Amino acid sequence: MKIELMDVLIMLAVILVLQVLAMFLIWLERRLLGLWQDRLGPNRVGPAGLLQPVADMIKIFFKEDWTPDFVDKKVFVLAPGIVVFTTLLSFAIIPFAPGVLIADMNIGILFFLAMSSLGAYSIILGGWASNNKYALLGAMRGASQMITYEVFMGLSILGVVMLSGSFSLKSIVLAQQDGWFIIPQFVGFVVFLVAGIAETHRLPFDIPEAESELIAGYHGEYSSMKFGLFFLGEYLGITLVSSLIVTLFFGGWLGPEFLPPIIWFVLKTMVFLLFFILLRAALPRPRYDQLLSYGWKILLPLTLINLMVTGALGLYFDKM
Amino acid sequence: MLSELQNKFGKDRFLPEQTADLIPTYHIKPDLTYEVLSYLKTGVDRPFQMLYDLTAIDERNRSSDNINPTHPFTLVYHLISFDRNEDLRIKVDLEEDFPSQTTITGLWPMANWYEREVYDMFGITFTGHPHLRRILMPDSWSGHPLRKEHPARATEMDPFEYTDDYLMEQVDSYKFKPEEWGMKRQGKDGDYMFLNVGPQHPGTHGVLRLVLQLDGEDIVDIVPDIGFHHRGAEKMAERQSWHTFIPYTDRIDYLGGVMNNLPYVLAVEKLGGINVPDRAQVIRVMMCELFRIASHLVWYATFAQDIGQLSPVFYMFSDREKAFDIVSAICGARMHPNWFRIGGVAQDLPQGWQPMFQEFIKYLRKRLTEYDKMVLGNRIFQARTKGIGIYTKQEAIEWGVTGPGLRACGFEWDFRKKRPYSSYDQFDFEIPVAANGDCYDRALIRVEEMRQSLRIIEQCLNNMPEGPYKSDHPKATPPDKKHTMQDIETLITHFLNVSWGPVIPAGEAFVGVEATKGNNGYYLISDGGTAPYRARIRTPSFPHMQMVPYISKGYTVADLLVIIGSVDFVLADIDR
Repeated sequence: MKIELMDVLIMLAVILVLQVLAMFLIWLERRLLGLWQDRLGPNRVGPAGLLQPVADMIKIFFKEDWTPDFVDKKVFVLAPGIVVFTTLLSFAIIPFAPGVLIADMNIGILFFLAMSSLGAYSIILGGWASNNKYALLGAMRGASQMITYEVFMGLSILGVVMLSGSFSLKSIVLAQQDGWFIIPQFVGFVVFLVAGIAETHRLPFDIPEAESELIAGYHGEYSSMKFGLFFLGEYLGITLVSSLIVTLFFGGWLGPEFLPPIIWFVLKTMVFLLFFILLRAALPRPRYDQLLSYGWKILLPLTLINLMVTGALGLYFDKM
Repeated sequence: MLSELQNKFGKDRFLPEQTADLIPTYHIKPDLTYEVLSYLKTGVDRPFQMLYDLTAIDERNRSSDNINPTHPFTLVYHLISFDRNEDLRIKVDLEEDFPSQTTITGLWPMANWYEREVYDMFGITFTGHPHLRRILMPDSWSGHPLRKEHPARATEMDPFEYTDDYLMEQVDSYKFKPEEWGMKRQGKDGDYMFLNVGPQHPGTHGVLRLVLQLDGEDIVDIVPDIGFHHRGAEKMAERQSWHTFIPYTDRIDYLGGVMNNLPYVLAVEKLGGINVPDRAQVIRVMMCELFRIASHLVWYATFAQDIGQLSPVFYMFSDREKAFDIVSAICGARMHPNWFRIGGVAQDLPQGWQPMFQEFIKYLRKRLTEYDKMVLGNRIFQARTKGIGIYTKQEAIEWGVTGPGLRACGFEWDFRKKRPYSSYDQFDFEIPVAANGDCYDRALIRVEEMRQSLRIIEQCLNNMPEGPYKSDHPKATPPDKKHTMQDIETLITHFLNVSWGPVIPAGEAFVGVEATKGNNGYYLISDGGTAPYRARIRTPSFPHMQMVPYISKGYTVADLLVIIGSVDFVLADIDR
């Protein structure tokens, strides 16, 4: 495969845009939470506090990069990198617009699932290497939560794969020209959304960090940029899940002609980003065993039924 | 009661004492304690089921002649019978300088902490106690603070040095050795994990340390380590005047504000025979209920946050701010208004106080309805709180639980209704009761209590009596100044009462009120001086905290945070 200048540019642009986006997501989240919680949020640095993430970045870079004596040093340093690395790699398969795509893999979805499984190592290794009981509890919770929700995440997408007949995200978007998959695959969408929140361990599923119980859980011992990477990973994760939801169920870049495809994609993704933030403002946190039994007892049967119905209908209409 | 006891144990073994609060008080000898208490708990008809308080008095410095005990120490067992709605005080006269007494932990498991406190404060040992060690003071402390020979001020002690050795000693003393607490390191399937929650932890709401013995995430046992917030309020009472101790009471349950002043001033008024004018009584009720709302709002907010809800804490704290706006308009301060005085309140209500309350009542009613949907109605919230941390009415009484925690088990018991004080009998309100005694029910009760408090405030608003805000009794503080310029005798009394503080006649009185967290009681003993001879502060959070390990066993770490959130304690209320 020949790599052209254009591909390199797209790659660089995607990485750059994503990093900046993740930074400003932090600003957006804090401002929105402020709005919803009857307070201001950051509004001092730059217009409307827009430069707050920049200030935070500078702060976090210049903080002492402290590694406690009691940790397993190599793993401790490695862990925060994994989540950023795997999440960024996952973006390679997202078709942002026609032609704006890093790799059109025919196993695109499988690649994403593989990467998100690898991402779980970040939590497990980080919590394990910290040699801290709270971190360990967080890692244990995180591991079981992510393994559980990986199952439904995979299964919930399969309905879409059946309908479009392809694992490639580009083909999936193109298959939605006659109608978004949200309509035939509503159950799949709901399960994917729930699993996506659990995968990114955001409130209400922030059980590995559970501020009021485990203080910060698996990243309790991290400081400075190593903590920053976990933070970045979380926001990249939200962006990834949002853009996947858009691609799989809401027709990706497709939309009326008056706006360019990339804008449609960004707009749709923003809606889900806001939804993630709204969830955080609204919901309490279930207990960890409640989350797991909810997954195995409700979501698993639901996805299986969804798959069966999709398959049966598919067979029925193909025969006609 | 006396004749019943005398019939059982012999005629001359009970020596009655007359107290100002009219609670039957009998002196007995140490060897009889266990039998008498056990008889009172199980033997009598309509028994005294709750050990409300257990404390001691160092009698060696008493200057009064009318009550002149010949023994150096007295143990006081304060029992409550809910069936009779009566109190009973059993005083045990101890002879030696460092006396010893048989434990009653077999009778009431909740005597455990109280006996430890008595040991810590007075050096009285309890034989047979499962784990007798200091509870409020650090292990390295020498002396027992509430003994009269123990200094009350730093200036009476040698200079304090903070050496490296001392530091290491302290660090070592906080190292957790499970064997010392009677815990095993290993269970059936492997090693237990010991998790240290606190003293710095967002879920403990203050400097509280809980050592958890965990099997996975399941709690096998918990050891609460308290005393980080101990400031010796009871010792301070002995060196303040009756009047100048009032600000210290504010800081016991620091969310309760003037609610803490109330039992103290009521007890002093009982001792001094001071009658409080109607207006002052209603002002007191109104401010207390306002503080009940403020305290419950903090609990509501932090409880929701413990369960992971981020937003309610902001809404509820700003509501509380609105309550504090009223408090500061009336009292000039927010959290520690120091507003009640012996015989009344500090000042009359300011002009225009009614509209502030009216606006607040209207506003909060609406908000509470909104919070019902946001918090109590939330299904995740319900899943986290229903069926968690259950105790029954019987267990609650056994462990000394009062307040919303008791009413959540279906026991309709509110001291405002059952033993009305400060004109509460004039008000029309309900006692919210729930049935299951789990975390959700405790939450429900508190939310409903806020509505009832609003009702009480509304009635105060509409029926505020006219008249003086302070008693004209000469011992009311600060004393009335009206006649001082005409009459030399009044001038002298006034001068003495202002400069030394009032002299309260010898005697003892106990008053307990339905405070924000449960029953808060002040047991004051005067030997006819300008300061309490002994001031015992019985706070609700202390027994509630003691019960936490008992009700948390078998639940997970996540549940523990919900349970301690639902118990609603304040660390200064535990440690005093």
